[in-house]
Amino acid sequence: MKYIIKNARVIDPPQKLDGILDVAISDGKISDIGKSLNPAGHETIDAKGRIVSPGLVDMHAHLREPGREDKETVDTGTRAAIVGGFTSITAMPNTEPAMDDPETIRLLKEIIIRDAKVNVSIVGAITHGRAGKKLTDFKSLKEEGVIAVSDDGSSVDDPALMLKALEEAKSQSLVLIDHSEDTALSSCGVINKGFIATKMGLRGIPKESEYMRVKRDLGLAKKASAKIHIAHVSCKESVDLIRKAKKAGIGVSAETCPHYISLTEECCATYDTNTKMNPPLRTGEDVDAIKEGLRDGTIDAIATDHAPHTDSEKDVEFDFAPFGIIGLETALSIAVMELIDKKILTWNELIAKMSWNPANILGLDKGSLRKGAMADLVIIDPDKEYLYSKDKIESKSKNTPFLNWRLKAKVTHVFVSGNCVMKEGSILA
Amino acid sequence: MTNQKNGEKKFAWAKKDLLGLEYLSKEEIEFILYTAEGFKEVTTRQIKKVPALRGKTVMNLFYEPSTRTRTSFELAAKRLSADVINISTESSSVRKGETLIDTGKNIEALKIDVIVVRHNCSGAPNILARAVRSSIVNAGDGWHEHPTQALLDMFTLKSKLGKIDGLNVSIIGDIAHSRVCRSNIWGLTKLGAKVTVCAPKILIPDGIEKMGVRITNDLDDALKGADAINVLRMQLERDLGDAFPSRLEYFKQYGITSERLEKCKKDIVVMHPGPINRGIEMSSEVADGPNSVILEQVTNGIAVRMAVLYLVTHAKREAA
Repeated sequence: MKYIIKNARVIDPPQKLDGILDVAISDGKISDIGKSLNPAGHETIDAKGRIVSPGLVDMHAHLREPGREDKETVDTGTRAAIVGGFTSITAMPNTEPAMDDPETIRLLKEIIIRDAKVNVSIVGAITHGRAGKKLTDFKSLKEEGVIAVSDDGSSVDDPALMLKALEEAKSQSLVLIDHSEDTALSSCGVINKGFIATKMGLRGIPKESEYMRVKRDLGLAKKASAKIHIAHVSCKESVDLIRKAKKAGIGVSAETCPHYISLTEECCATYDTNTKMNPPLRTGEDVDAIKEGLRDGTIDAIATDHAPHTDSEKDVEFDFAPFGIIGLETALSIAVMELIDKKILTWNELIAKMSWNPANILGLDKGSLRKGAMADLVIIDPDKEYLYSKDKIESKSKNTPFLNWRLKAKVTHVFVSGNCVMKEGSILA
Repeated sequence: MTNQKNGEKKFAWAKKDLLGLEYLSKEEIEFILYTAEGFKEVTTRQIKKVPALRGKTVMNLFYEPSTRTRTSFELAAKRLSADVINISTESSSVRKGETLIDTGKNIEALKIDVIVVRHNCSGAPNILARAVRSSIVNAGDGWHEHPTQALLDMFTLKSKLGKIDGLNVSIIGDIAHSRVCRSNIWGLTKLGAKVTVCAPKILIPDGIEKMGVRITNDLDDALKGADAINVLRMQLERDLGDAFPSRLEYFKQYGITSERLEKCKKDIVVMHPGPINRGIEMSSEVADGPNSVILEQVTNGIAVRMAVLYLVTHAKREAA
C-alpha cells in the first residue's frame, strides 16, 4: 500500500524539520517528503491541521508476557501502544520467568513475531531472576538481540556487583537502565515521605531512596566509563545530580514519566491505589524541577513505565496494592498538556524526547522521517479533546490515575513499516 | 447550615460515612457533639434504650483485635435498638482470602445499614466507603484516624471545661503511629483549640506541623499552660527500633507523674484513650487521680457513638 499524507505540519527532530509538507510512503519506507507531492497510485490522507511525526518510541514498558498474561500480553500491550502513537516499545525484563537467559528471550521473541502490532525490543536482566546476586551472560543476551540490560523493579544493591555489571555492559556496548532505589531507605513505604503520608497514616518513601542510589550509580558508571540510563526520575535531587554528571562528562541519560510531570503526592489523598507507583508521586517542587530538567536537556526522554495490574490486584487496601500504572495510551496527551500548553517545550523538543532521543539511547534506527527510513510514523490531532474512559482502554489492565480525565491531543493514524495500523482512531491491526 | 435558636440546632446531616475528622467541617463536628449530649441523657436513664434505630442493622467488622471500641459501638447500637452483628477476621472468610471490597459487597447484600470498621491498614474505610452504599463508620484505621475516639475526647473536654475554643491541649506520646492523635488534631484545631504535640524526636512524623500544631520534645514545655493533656498509649507491641529509649527512660522523660502535674494548671484535664500502660506513659497516681477523666471518656464514648450511628443512618443522601 502506498500513501501520501498531505498538508500536515511535519515535525522531525533529527532533521530539525517543522513545516507544512507532504509525506509519501511506499514499500514500507518514507519515499519522499516535500511540498506539493502528487505521486500516482497513492492513497491520499488529508492531514490539514494535524501533525505528522516519527512514530513514538517508548523505552520503558512492562508487557507482562510471559507469566502474567492476566495483566497484559504482547498483543494487548502493543494495541495500547498504537492508541498512544508508539510504533516502537521496549519490554522490561521483569516477566515470569525474567529475561535472564537466551532461551527465555527466544520464547519472548517468538511471541513478539506472532502477536506484536508494533516493534518490540527486549531488555535483558542484569542479574539472574533479577535477584541482584549473579550477573547474567550479557554477551549471549546480546546475541539474542537484547538492546539494553536492567533489573527494573529492583536495584542492584551490591555496589561491587553493580560496578561489574556496568563494566560488562560497557564491553558489550549495552546501555544499563538503572532502577535507582535503595530499598533500605524506602523501608516498606507506599507513598512519598512527608506531610501527605503523615496525615494519611501511610509509610513514606523518602527521596533519599532514589537520589542516593542515583549518586552511587553515577559514580560507578564514571569508574566503568559505561553508559547508564536513569529510569523514571521522580525528584529534584536526582535531576540536579544528573545535570552535574552530564556536565562532568559521565555517559548518563535519563527519562521521566508523564505522571511525574502532571501529578503530585496530593493525588494520593483519597487512597486511590491508581496513584500508587514506584518511585512515588512527589511534590510540586519536584514536578517543577523535572520540567526544568526536560527543558534544559538534563532529562532526555519521556517514557511510560507502563505497568499493568488487574482490577482485583488494585482494588485492595492501599498498603497491599502493587505499585504501577498503565501509561502507553495517555503519555502523549499528558505530555502535550503539561509541556507544550505550558510552554516548557516546543513540539520539536517534545517529539524528540518521545522518539529520536530514546531511540538513540537504545541504539535503535528509529525516530526519524528522513527519506528512505522505515515508515514508522503517526498523525496527531493536537487540538482534539477527548474523555479518557474505562471502556476506551485497549490495555488489558485499567489501572490509571487519568481515568475520566479530559485529555487533549490524540493520535489519529499510525503507520508501522509503512502499514497503516490505525486509521482515524480505529485500530486495523 | 447551622441555625442556633434558643440553643436549638437545626442541621441537615448529609454524610453517609464517618471516615475521619479531616473530612468534617467545624459545624459538622459541633453537631455530632450536640447530638451526643441528647444521647448522653439516655445513657443515664433506668431504661437505657430508645427506638431511634429500630429495624436497622449495624455490623462491627473488626480486622484488628479490640475489646473496648467494639463493645462501645455494640452498646451504642443496642441502646438505639439496632440489631448488631460482630465479625472479626478470626472468624470470617477474610482468612480464606476474600478481599476487603468483596467482604463489603457481601455485607451490603445482607442489607446491613452501617458497617463499623476497624482495620490495620490506613485508608481501608475510605476504600470500603467508595465500594458500598452502606454507611461506613471508621473505628480506627492504621495510623490514620480514629474519629469517634477524638469526638469522645472532645465531648469529655467540653463537658469538663465548658468549651474547646481557645484551650491549650497537649498530645503526648507516640505521635507518629497514633490515629487517635491525628483525629484529635483535626477536631481540636477545627474547634479553635491550640494543639501541641510532644514526643521524642523519632516519634514526631514528617510535616505534622502542617496540620496546625506546635511541636515540642520537652514534656515540661508541653505541660506548661496546658488546659488539658491527652496521653497516648505507648504501643509496646510495636517494634520501635533501637533508637527508642528504654521504657524506664521513656517514663523518666515523658511519663506523667503527680510531681509534674503539681507544676501544671490546677484543674488540668488528663485524658487517655486506654488501655493504659501504668508506669510507662503515666503513673497510677495520675491515672486514678482527681484530674483524670479516663473513665468518663469511656462512658461518654457510648453517647458519642450513638450520635454518630444515628446521624450516618439518617443522612440525607444526595441523589441516592
